[in-house]
Amino acid sequence: MKKIHLALLVLIAISIGVLISFTNTTSTYDTIGTAMSKPGKYVHLMAKLDKSVPLQYDAIKNPNYLRFTAVDSLGLTVAVIYNNAKPENLEMSERLVLKGRYMDGAFQCEEIQTKCPSKYKEEEAKGLKHPGNPPDPRTAP
Amino acid sequence: MKYIGENLLPGQLGHFFVILSLVSAGLSTISYFFAARQPESQESKEWKKLGRISFVIQALSVTAIFSLLFFIIQNHLFEYHYAWKHSSRSLEFKYLLACFWEGQEGSFLLWNLCQAILGLVLIRKAGSWESPVMTTVSFAQFALSTMVMGLYIAGWRMGSHPFILLRDSGVLDNAPALHINFDISQPLLPDYLSSIKDGNDLNPLLQNYWMVIHPPVLFMGFASTLVPFAYAIAGLWTKKYGHWTTPALPWSLFSTAVFGVGIMMGGMWAYESLSFGGYWAWDPVENASLVPWMTGVAGLHTLLIYRATGHSLRATYLFFMLTFLFILYSTFLTRSGILGETSVHAFTELGMNWQLLVFLLVFALPSLFFFFRSFNKIPTIQQEEEINSREFWMFIGSLVIFLSALVISSQTSLPVFNKIFGTTLAPPADVEFSYNSIQLYVALILAVLTAISHYLKYQSTSRSYFWKKMLTPALISAVAGALFLIFGEVNYQKKGAVFHYSITLTILFSFYTVIANASYIWVGVKGKIRKAGGPIAHVGFGMVLTGILLSSANKEIISTNINGIPAPLGEGENPQENLTLVQGLPVTMGNYTLTYLKDSAHPKKPLWFYKIQFKNQKEKEDFILTPNAFVNYKGNQGLMANPDARHYWDHDVFTYITSIPDPENQKDTAVFKSYLQQQGDTLFYSNGFMTIDSIQIRDNLPKELFGEEGKLFEVPIRVRSKTGTSYLVTGRAAFVKGQWISLSDTLVSEGLILQLQEASPKGTVRLGIKESDALLKYVTLKAYRYPFVKVLWYGVWLTAIGLLLSMVNRIRKNRTVTIIS
Repeated sequence: MKKIHLALLVLIAISIGVLISFTNTTSTYDTIGTAMSKPGKYVHLMAKLDKSVPLQYDAIKNPNYLRFTAVDSLGLTVAVIYNNAKPENLEMSERLVLKGRYMDGAFQCEEIQTKCPSKYKEEEAKGLKHPGNPPDPRTAP
Repeated sequence: MKYIGENLLPGQLGHFFVILSLVSAGLSTISYFFAARQPESQESKEWKKLGRISFVIQALSVTAIFSLLFFIIQNHLFEYHYAWKHSSRSLEFKYLLACFWEGQEGSFLLWNLCQAILGLVLIRKAGSWESPVMTTVSFAQFALSTMVMGLYIAGWRMGSHPFILLRDSGVLDNAPALHINFDISQPLLPDYLSSIKDGNDLNPLLQNYWMVIHPPVLFMGFASTLVPFAYAIAGLWTKKYGHWTTPALPWSLFSTAVFGVGIMMGGMWAYESLSFGGYWAWDPVENASLVPWMTGVAGLHTLLIYRATGHSLRATYLFFMLTFLFILYSTFLTRSGILGETSVHAFTELGMNWQLLVFLLVFALPSLFFFFRSFNKIPTIQQEEEINSREFWMFIGSLVIFLSALVISSQTSLPVFNKIFGTTLAPPADVEFSYNSIQLYVALILAVLTAISHYLKYQSTSRSYFWKKMLTPALISAVAGALFLIFGEVNYQKKGAVFHYSITLTILFSFYTVIANASYIWVGVKGKIRKAGGPIAHVGFGMVLTGILLSSANKEIISTNINGIPAPLGEGENPQENLTLVQGLPVTMGNYTLTYLKDSAHPKKPLWFYKIQFKNQKEKEDFILTPNAFVNYKGNQGLMANPDARHYWDHDVFTYITSIPDPENQKDTAVFKSYLQQQGDTLFYSNGFMTIDSIQIRDNLPKELFGEEGKLFEVPIRVRSKTGTSYLVTGRAAFVKGQWISLSDTLVSEGLILQLQEASPKGTVRLGIKESDALLKYVTLKAYRYPFVKVLWYGVWLTAIGLLLSMVNRIRKNRTVTIIS
């Protein structure tokens, strides 16, 4: 076997190893049920705000504590704790991507992505856009 | 029905040219195909002539489409959907081009135009390779032309038409006011166009000069990858397996230079205009361009190996083919909307996913089939590469770049993976680190290989030669590295010690890359700049690595919230990293004293400019930065901030607005103070004075409402501020059934609220004055210190210059070879 072929095999093996270790760090998109079944694991929880339960947020007492209930498409609910300021458009959002872990009976959320009815709004919340693939800013006139 | 005010001619012409471009590209493909099949025959010459003519027609048609669409945008012909959707009357002329490629149709046209230009160059320069190469190029033009067709075939949509009319686009279908009898089932009003006053405007973040230049360069880069691909296919097709590499080499150099610059211009845009907080975020859209660039670089190096030694021809084929196929794959990824959740960039689906997939497969399947069928016929050299030869390590380097590109592409393709296998994988918690933790080590390996490989000779290198030549640069690098370790520092601690030391080590080796290649310009090519393209490009690459590592690792947030004023911030912003400045009140930030001076508005858009004065006592420095922001743009609450930066030789200070007072949520705690005044008296407030000139009374009021004594008072109050501005405020009060009812009037710019509390016909008034800091103005900003970003930018330019120098040198060499043979 040529040395170069040996090097080729070694490098390919390393790449595969790297990719496998990458898949171990990846998260998953989960419903409340599946997120609860793997406590402590970082997941992307797809849910929405349960408006039938009042949310707890007192900006004067502690502006970095938000607690609300999320409900998913299967109807399961979970308490969500978010140690940060309440996203402005939380109530207006029609869908939430909650990044965090299920621990001690509640979902400890690290990041909230709000998906608003208008595509434009969501982009603007992040303030990021790319040319060539702009959001559709049109709302029916 | 005839509609009033529409200018339909440009659209009809455009439509004609869209079809002409498709037909002529198809004809050109067929003609060149037959010309290539029987070379050297009389028939072939005629086919070739036909191919040329139709390709030129195609190029002219694309130019015509381009011009017509630009005419439509420039003249604000909002009867066309494209102009309405992407531009507005308030848009500056310089951004009209940016509107052009904001949409998918425009960017496909741009790509098509770039390929047409390259095709015309090939027709002039490709010589005996013209027919087989142009067959592929013409076919690519044909495939791209279908993207702007806008046809529906058996329910499938093919292409998106750039000249579609607003009234046909479906946008107006749900607007009753524009339809006859306010009924959306009825046709549009004949004069509907008079209600379309303005377009949707260009996305504010694209209103930046980089957006005028970055897309054309990037698409030229995209287009340029087609040429080595077409040559490789031509090589397989004509069975002249190795010859094509001679003409393909300058093209590969050109492609690497232009494509690389195009990508990094996007980085410059992100850095300068966007609040990403940096030039690179490993976003899928960025990766989609980076991956083919990397495979192209791998192909360039194996091509050089082949030219020098005869090794690595198969790898060269594979790399060049995959480069173009990755361009098509990235087109599919970024335009189909499949990335959805994983990208912060916005994607709009045009409902053309199947077409984008076909676009990829129609190139991928036959070309890869062709390649693997001919695999054994592609000549190789049985003899092994020596471990002390240049080609051995160059090949390892190419392989590392190529595999690293595959790893990046796999990481980016998670959503595709989910779609195919039905999994639910999501990106890791720290996306950027998931790339950085791998690519840092790739950078380390590449830095070492780039530093040493010029000092190795092809075939084999004697030990004494290598060490003799290598000694000086190695010593200089060691000194530079030691100086860095003593005086410099790497502040990146958050990912642990191993990562921290790896960064430091990679920085040291990137110094080595710069120094070794710089000295090779003298040691190796004896200072002959014409031949120094390679080492110059590698010095540039070393600088790119150095710049990236130093700026990213030592990036610092300097806007520490020292005065503790909280402000409402957007998602993901840390309150401790955002500093609030009250207008006129100096605050210290690092070495600077910051004062928010004033703001001003754009005359036509909700774009505000905030003047922030920076003073540095030690350096005797005083300058103003003007970050701006779109405020509540198009009824969307919030800010879209554009940063401003101060550039120094060794770092940039970079700032943008993260919060401003919300005009609707002002709580007011001050109370009115009452003053009894005579007509003509002067009354002072903190920022000026006011006078009352007259009192107007109405007393003929209906008694049932106002009572017996009912009166209305109107008192014009003239307010003069210290700045010399004067305002006229009218105080109003009513005396109703024995009670005073007052109306307040607010003078926002002076922070003043005035209330006429009582008045009498004799000329006395009681005036309530409130000076409220609820009207206080502040801005909250975030500021970064970015060290050595300039090294990165200069490195990019230098890499491109080196590559282009090599290209010129290779073209010259090829010419002499042709003459001799």
